[in-house]
Amino acid sequence: MNKLCSMKEAIAASVTDGCSLVIDGFTHLICFAAGHEIIRQGRRNLTAIRLTPDLVYDQLIEAGAVRKLVFSWAGNPGVGSLHALRRRSEASSPERLELEEYSHFGLLSRLLAGSAGLPFWPLNNYAGGDIARVNPSIKTVTCPFTGQELAAVPALRPDVAIIHCQRADAEGNAQVWGLLGSQKEVAFAAKKVVVVAEEIVSTERIRKDPNRTLVPGIIVSHVVHEPWGCHPSFVQGFHDRDNDFYVKWEDISRQPETYRAWLEEFVHGVKDRQGYLARLETGLLDKLRAKARVCEGVDYGY
Amino acid sequence: MATELSATPTASERMAYRAAQELRDADVVFVGIGLPNLACNLARATHAPGLFMIYESGAVGAIPERLPVSIGDPSLVTDSLAVVGQADIFQCMLQRGLIEVGFLGGAQVDRWGNINTTVIGDYANPKVRLPGSGGACEIAVHARRLLIVMRMSKRTFVETCDFVTSPGHRVNGKSRAELGMPGGGPTRIITDLGVLDFDATGEAVLAEVYPGVTPEQVRAACGWPLRTADALRTAAEPDVSVLRLLREKLDPQRLYL
Repeated sequence: MNKLCSMKEAIAASVTDGCSLVIDGFTHLICFAAGHEIIRQGRRNLTAIRLTPDLVYDQLIEAGAVRKLVFSWAGNPGVGSLHALRRRSEASSPERLELEEYSHFGLLSRLLAGSAGLPFWPLNNYAGGDIARVNPSIKTVTCPFTGQELAAVPALRPDVAIIHCQRADAEGNAQVWGLLGSQKEVAFAAKKVVVVAEEIVSTERIRKDPNRTLVPGIIVSHVVHEPWGCHPSFVQGFHDRDNDFYVKWEDISRQPETYRAWLEEFVHGVKDRQGYLARLETGLLDKLRAKARVCEGVDYGY
Repeated sequence: MATELSATPTASERMAYRAAQELRDADVVFVGIGLPNLACNLARATHAPGLFMIYESGAVGAIPERLPVSIGDPSLVTDSLAVVGQADIFQCMLQRGLIEVGFLGGAQVDRWGNINTTVIGDYANPKVRLPGSGGACEIAVHARRLLIVMRMSKRTFVETCDFVTSPGHRVNGKSRAELGMPGGGPTRIITDLGVLDFDATGEAVLAEVYPGVTPEQVRAACGWPLRTADALRTAAEPDVSVLRLLREKLDPQRLYL
């Protein structure tokens, strides 16, 4: 089935006010285009979930789209803080965001349980520390075989997962290489999956390299073709991270006024991703484009 | 091109070099970003060419060509031995017990090596909201040896952490053994003034100072009454060839130095 549609259509059809949502990616493959479209469509009261909420989650928070954040590490990687998040989570802030906090493996375990259709996932962690003390969703379980006490976290089934990938076919069979993050677990845990791809290719091309497929089309509801949809994040083999932006963001996001002005110009002030790309500094995309490093193919014959 | 090179190491250079001395050839190390990453690359370029670097983002056996600016840098993927999902990293590498050395830093550390990267102040009403655990909590639980790398001040070396994100040798009154933690816990805290080891009870004691630093200076920068080991050692410092390597090859843009 052909599931191709525009980002606008995919977000309108899948992300509703009050839903729980993951825009996944671990530094790599973070779909800023999807986050910006959610802001433009004015979604409210979202539960935003990701191990590593970063700039696009902070932008969703600043834009007033998020009621609750479920996470394990929140920052501007290698640079600094998420300032909208800090402004809404410190004692001095009037409008507080609800936070539910784990370590990476704890939150990942919730997604593993969700993706496996199990009620919980055990992990050897948290004994004595304060993370479990402040999060009532972290409990303990006794192993029925060894008697060992382990931490246990409940399954997480987000309403929507948005997964960016290098290439997909129109059915949503999505191929990813480079850092895989938790894209697979998030996709299988979610009730609805939107795949966003740098390239749309034929199913025949997907079938020629089946081991590369991370998310199979049978769990995908919408497919969006959005080249450069991850800027300023990166896509292995397509383009590098725009590190200068991440550094500049520290200054832009520190003051609410400059933050809002940026959202006005680059999110509200454009119609879609093409409009955003057109506002970037001339020559930037060429500068970020990946230098080829093609691997040798493998033989799938028998 | 020969350039003018100051032979005096900066605090970061001292720490990166001293941390590198802790790494042995063929150690499997869970690499954090910043100084730990620099220390690992320095060890690999000098005495530990077989150092096996695993990154939380999924790169296994990485040999990054440029200094990664984040733990998820694309240069970690290129020429890695394997790239796996994060579930595999945490389940099959870390919880499985494959990691010999882990590195952590934080906003606060206490005398038992507990680390706080979550909040300053009360959890529900924090004065400062920090990034949180990430993988730090599980690295502290599972790594066979944990190295803590932090600059020393009364603000960061505290009597009691506001929040224990990553457990050390005693957490809220209980030992690692009582809590059933598989990893060995912190072995050293490498600071800009000296190095703290842990005694048999799990308490940090001053074991090394850099040349020119007195134990009094170190104690003055510590928020608890820091004890000094019976035999105080002198911490190793980088020579000019190492400084050149650090400054010109490993971190030419001075991202971390």
